[in-house]
Amino acid sequence: MADSAPPVLELKGVTKKFGSVVANDRVGFDLQRGEVHALLGENGAGKSTLMSVLYGLYSPDEGEILVDGEPVQIGSPSAAIKLGIGMVHQHFMLIDVMTVAENIVLGQEPVRRGGVLDLKAARARVRELSERYGLAVDPDARIEDITVGAQQRVEILKALYRDARILVLDEPTAVLTAQEARGLTEVLNRLKADGTAIVFISHKLSEVLEVADRITVLRRGKRVETVARQGATERSLARLVVGRDVMLAVEKTPGKPEHALLEVRDLCVDDDRGLEQVTSLSLTVRGGEIVALAGVDGNGQQELVEAIAGLRSPESGSVTVDGRDIAGRGVRSATDAGVAHIAQDRQQRGLVLPFTLTENLALREYRAPQFSARGWLRLGHMKERAQKLLREYDVRGGGPEAYAAALSGGNQQKVCVAREIASDPKLLIAHQPTRGLDVGAIEFVHSRLIAERDRGRAVLLVSLEYEEVRALADRILVIYEGAIAGEFPPDASEEELGIAMTGGHARQAEEVNG
Amino acid sequence: MSTLDEELQAEAEESGAAAARSPASLTAFRRGLSGVTIPILTAILAFIGGGLIVLATGHNPLTTYSSIFDGTGLNWLFPWVSGSERATAAGNLQQTLIQATPLLMVGLAVAFAFRAGMFNIGGQGQYTLGGIAAVWVGSSFRGMEPVLHVLFAIVAAAAAGGAWAGIAGVLKAVTGANEVITTIMLNWVAIWFGVYCFQLGGPLHSSAHDMTTTPVSNTVVNGAKLPVFWGSAALQGLDVGIFIAIGFAFVFAILIKRTRLGYEARAVGFNPDAAETAGMSAGRTWIRVMLICGAFAGIAASLDILGWKFDLFTNDVQTSQIGAYGIAVALLGRNTASGTTVAALLFGALLTGTSNRNINLSIDPTLVQYLTFMIEGLIVLLVSTDVITLRLIKGGRQLGLAVRRRPAAAAAPGPDQGGEK
Repeated sequence: MADSAPPVLELKGVTKKFGSVVANDRVGFDLQRGEVHALLGENGAGKSTLMSVLYGLYSPDEGEILVDGEPVQIGSPSAAIKLGIGMVHQHFMLIDVMTVAENIVLGQEPVRRGGVLDLKAARARVRELSERYGLAVDPDARIEDITVGAQQRVEILKALYRDARILVLDEPTAVLTAQEARGLTEVLNRLKADGTAIVFISHKLSEVLEVADRITVLRRGKRVETVARQGATERSLARLVVGRDVMLAVEKTPGKPEHALLEVRDLCVDDDRGLEQVTSLSLTVRGGEIVALAGVDGNGQQELVEAIAGLRSPESGSVTVDGRDIAGRGVRSATDAGVAHIAQDRQQRGLVLPFTLTENLALREYRAPQFSARGWLRLGHMKERAQKLLREYDVRGGGPEAYAAALSGGNQQKVCVAREIASDPKLLIAHQPTRGLDVGAIEFVHSRLIAERDRGRAVLLVSLEYEEVRALADRILVIYEGAIAGEFPPDASEEELGIAMTGGHARQAEEVNG
Repeated sequence: MSTLDEELQAEAEESGAAAARSPASLTAFRRGLSGVTIPILTAILAFIGGGLIVLATGHNPLTTYSSIFDGTGLNWLFPWVSGSERATAAGNLQQTLIQATPLLMVGLAVAFAFRAGMFNIGGQGQYTLGGIAAVWVGSSFRGMEPVLHVLFAIVAAAAAGGAWAGIAGVLKAVTGANEVITTIMLNWVAIWFGVYCFQLGGPLHSSAHDMTTTPVSNTVVNGAKLPVFWGSAALQGLDVGIFIAIGFAFVFAILIKRTRLGYEARAVGFNPDAAETAGMSAGRTWIRVMLICGAFAGIAASLDILGWKFDLFTNDVQTSQIGAYGIAVALLGRNTASGTTVAALLFGALLTGTSNRNINLSIDPTLVQYLTFMIEGLIVLLVSTDVITLRLIKGGRQLGLAVRRRPAAAAAPGPDQGGEK
């Protein structure tokens, strides 16, 4: 049809490195007028980096960007806006106490003579835009009073107000309810009809198939393939997303499960906003086995882990560790029952960065008699043990007196792992234990987790990485929207898992396989 | 301390992963300089700033400073000072140390809260409550064993101050109320409670005075007074309070470094999320820390009352500035025991040195008095932007390094050029 017209946007051979990590490796991408082009891939596949390059947040190391066929340099978000590129971030950039209209015009306020803000004109313009695209918002409502879905519409209006012809939506449905997501699809169709080109970032297969015209799959910073929606299936996409790369192979014998050490029954957990994130979830982890909880981020993993670790009180249900009910009784009672917790975010939750390694390594057990008595710390014992652990876990970058902040990410993680394993737990929760680590450190952490399993511990691995799940698990549980969507053996195919993780039906996949 | 860390964190985020090591190195650098060095350097910078102002008003900063210095009594340390000059110096130095005593204690009260991530503005109120308790115990219980009486008064003051600060701690732990607001408000409650106590006809109004005379408390009995060990008790010589305060600086250091509570306080102060993940209760820690802070401030008041004041006027309660000075002392001392001690001595000296009666008449007394405020202001400014001070010092060092390297690089181009980066 319009084959002769240059694409609205074209990225050619974009490469972006962070140190030795290649976030984008010669990625190409193009976008036509009136098209929704989805960017699909796992976390860390390089989707956000690519869009940050487009939006002027990062400058690419190599490659070029063409808008309407003309090469451009995008040095800042304001340069991107001038070129007609609008971005709706996953985390909204709105000012809570200001009204919708004020937020939308912020930075480009209509003014009357003498520099007086013309709110009337602002409201009128907002109304006009919102009617044109079916983006229902009340211009006079305050941001803090409207729903998340409405806030997202405000973000889209903000971009349209700045005459965006290219709209980038970063995981727009992650924060929406199913109903709101359907509303968004309608809005996208209207925008498309009006000629707006849309980049739709997602890792959910089903919704990509629903809204996108074309789909580009990224994996580990590389573009795998660009496919048309016609002919694509969840299964074919899942294969592209997961890839057939070599897995990390850690030596592992089949597990020898013993009696159940962790039993979660009908657990319901709310997040900070009071929304139910874990819905009547039940699972069992036995001693001597690694159970991997696989799933796309934000499906209730965080709340589940916090509830088991004692950081969050569940609304209902029970958490039993070796016969002791610990639900809602706090971290100490979980620790006393034998729960150790390798936290997802080592810098925010796992470590006190301005503490020394000695102090950090004592965080879990400083109240035990060997490390303190009658309120006094036994610094000598703490240091001795720190020395032993640092040696045993091969932590490099400083001795017991070094500050945690001075260590590299991999070594920081080793400190967390060492501390939690050293507390001699019955249940070890490993939440994304290898996030951001290099291959060597990943292997080390993996072999430690397997060693713990072999010593009869129960290990609950929560991971977003297929490779990690498949390399470690004796059983795989897929979590989707706060509930267990299915149980799989460790040799489950990647498509099977991928489909279950994105809300598809595993059975369909099996039928197709059969 | 916390401002710096935030500053560093923000900086690290700005410059991205590549600069990840820089905050750590700056932290290490900062720790290397911590303790007494930074307060002294900061004070020197503030004095230079103050000197420039004196210069701008057409006075000679050197004569002004030397007269302030003589006013502090620190010239007593010079062996060549003798005769009546020496006697005056001794008196001045005693005053300096008397002033430093409560400054140190209130400074510790602020510093300990800082270490747990709280800003205790309530030193004033905690001090006031401590003073009320100390003067009541000290002037009652006649005939009590002197040592016991002193101990009793100090403990009562500590308990009163602690309870007062504990209110803010409980409010923060239970309702999340910001301690900055609650402690400020509690200050006013404490001050007006003090006025009520000592006003004419108030519950603690002096029984010796006629109802129509001054609004003052009873006087502390002789047995409850702290012994004077330098100078004459009649001339307000130096009492042993300064040693008690320095003793508490050691207690502070031990508490922070060697006890479970100090460990928990620091963990909660640095990273409440990680502390919580490790099973600590931030709320319980805040309450305990505030109790101790209040006790420090309460003891500060008891040392004043039992050491040299002996009674409390409503006017004393209303005009005292000790809470504000305590914050400045803690900030300047970077919340360490040694730094706070040095800062308290410095502020004690500054207050004594610039008080009018010590100033030689050739110098404008108004200017000198305002100079105290200016220097104090400059110190607070420099401390709250202590990154600037650190940069100045570090920048100076790097500059020195670069200057030393340049000729070498120029002489031997090639391999050395890598070093220039």
